[in-house]
Amino acid sequence: MGRGDVGALGVALSLLLVAAAVALSRWQGLRLEASMLWSVLRAMVQLLLVGAALTLVIDPDRPILASWAWVVGMLAYAGDVVRRRAPRIPRLWRLAVGAFGVTSAISLGVVFGLGVLPHEGRTVVPLAGLMIGNAMNASVLVTRRVVEDLRDRRAEVEARIALGHTAREAAHPSLVTALRTALIPQIETTRAVGLVFLPGAMTGLILAGVHPVDAVLVQAVVMFLVLGAAATNATVMALGLPPRLFTADHRPIWLVRTTEH
Amino acid sequence: MSAPDQDAEVPDHPPLFRFDAVTVDLDGVRALDGVSLSLPDHGVTVVVGPSGSGKSTLLRLCNRLEAPTTGHIAYRGQSLHALDPRRLRREVGMVFQRPVVFPGTVRDNLLIAAPDRDDDALAATLVRAALDPALLDRDASGLSGGEAQRLGLARTLLTAPLVLLLDEPTSALDATPKRDFERTVLELSEQGTPVLWVSHELAQVHRMTDRLVVLEQGRVVLLLDDPADLDDDPVVSRLLAPEADDGSR
Repeated sequence: MGRGDVGALGVALSLLLVAAAVALSRWQGLRLEASMLWSVLRAMVQLLLVGAALTLVIDPDRPILASWAWVVGMLAYAGDVVRRRAPRIPRLWRLAVGAFGVTSAISLGVVFGLGVLPHEGRTVVPLAGLMIGNAMNASVLVTRRVVEDLRDRRAEVEARIALGHTAREAAHPSLVTALRTALIPQIETTRAVGLVFLPGAMTGLILAGVHPVDAVLVQAVVMFLVLGAAATNATVMALGLPPRLFTADHRPIWLVRTTEH
Repeated sequence: MSAPDQDAEVPDHPPLFRFDAVTVDLDGVRALDGVSLSLPDHGVTVVVGPSGSGKSTLLRLCNRLEAPTTGHIAYRGQSLHALDPRRLRREVGMVFQRPVVFPGTVRDNLLIAAPDRDDDALAATLVRAALDPALLDRDASGLSGGEAQRLGLARTLLTAPLVLLLDEPTSALDATPKRDFERTVLELSEQGTPVLWVSHELAQVHRMTDRLVVLEQGRVVLLLDDPADLDDDPVVSRLLAPEADDGSR
């Protein structure tokens, strides 16, 4: 077995750990055995399917366009996730996909355009996935927070509108609050990295036998990509929200709630 | 060429606001129901009625904080809908029922309305709203209810409004600050600023009214041009509680 390789036997042996968890559940009467086994089986099938699909897409013989087509699919799906999390906001899918597009162009443009990482299928899809995943969370967070903060400041917002402010001016304090709320966790994570936890990319690389310093360099790139993407994406979302939350004559539309029950 | 307009309702001095069959539905509830009304371009017009009768909605239509579901509103002869909403809102100033105080000093609060004014102009506006100009550096969150409401008035005055809309501006004030606020508004009215004032107090209606509009269930049920008729009117005495007359709230 080469460095970092896990064979079928390795996976089978690691199932001993699951068996231990099942045994503990049975011993303590937790009645979680069935759901444990089901979730393990499901995870294995899902991961194998994704692995097979990725093998097809990031095959070095396949055109890089296939990888980018995968990225476009991810953008559309992530846009739909954001829309579903705040279904009462009109035309949110378009805004979310637009924000992901801007974010991808900037962050992947830097990473691949400046040659930070090689422009290959095996880098494009995972990096774009990581970036879009984090940007999606930031989008949902900033959207919900803007709506809530506008509602909390309803009197202030109306007073500003009555003074002749535009929707954007009246919403500005709420946009600032929402952006801070969405970005502070990212900043905290970046600050604590290495001290509290070893992030996923680095852990994976070290397990696969890569020298720790090389792993750290890759992790640094990934971290900066994620932070930059979250900040860019949340900002584009915040800038695009006021026209969806106010009428054309700058009257606020008070959304009763942001998610459907 | 069309013939000269013979419609008597387009005179040289059009009304301040003219409502034509205005209906407003808010969240499925009919707030105003076919209101047709002309308001004169001078003095203090007081709007009264029980809660939920559509008083605030009527006022908020005047600076487009609400939009009519059906019907038409004209401001000084021009269709309200055709005007630039931001210019209209600065021209038709609004003071809300609950004083809105923004974070920061009194100066910060005033600069929200007029970011380019210097301290002299801000102090002069405080004086117009009967506030001490020395308050400029004071943290606005520490103002009393009466001071905060006057700050709201001062902020609105900074947009140089030609009309004032006041939505129960003294309902949270004690007797003395209430009277002071009324006096300030009467002075502004005498200086030529027409005022629309929503109230629920008979005594205040007596003190302030040049003309009275009474609303009930979203409809205009009474218009009084002469405040002297107030005392004998059964609708007024039915809708306005005399216990609020002492101004001690």
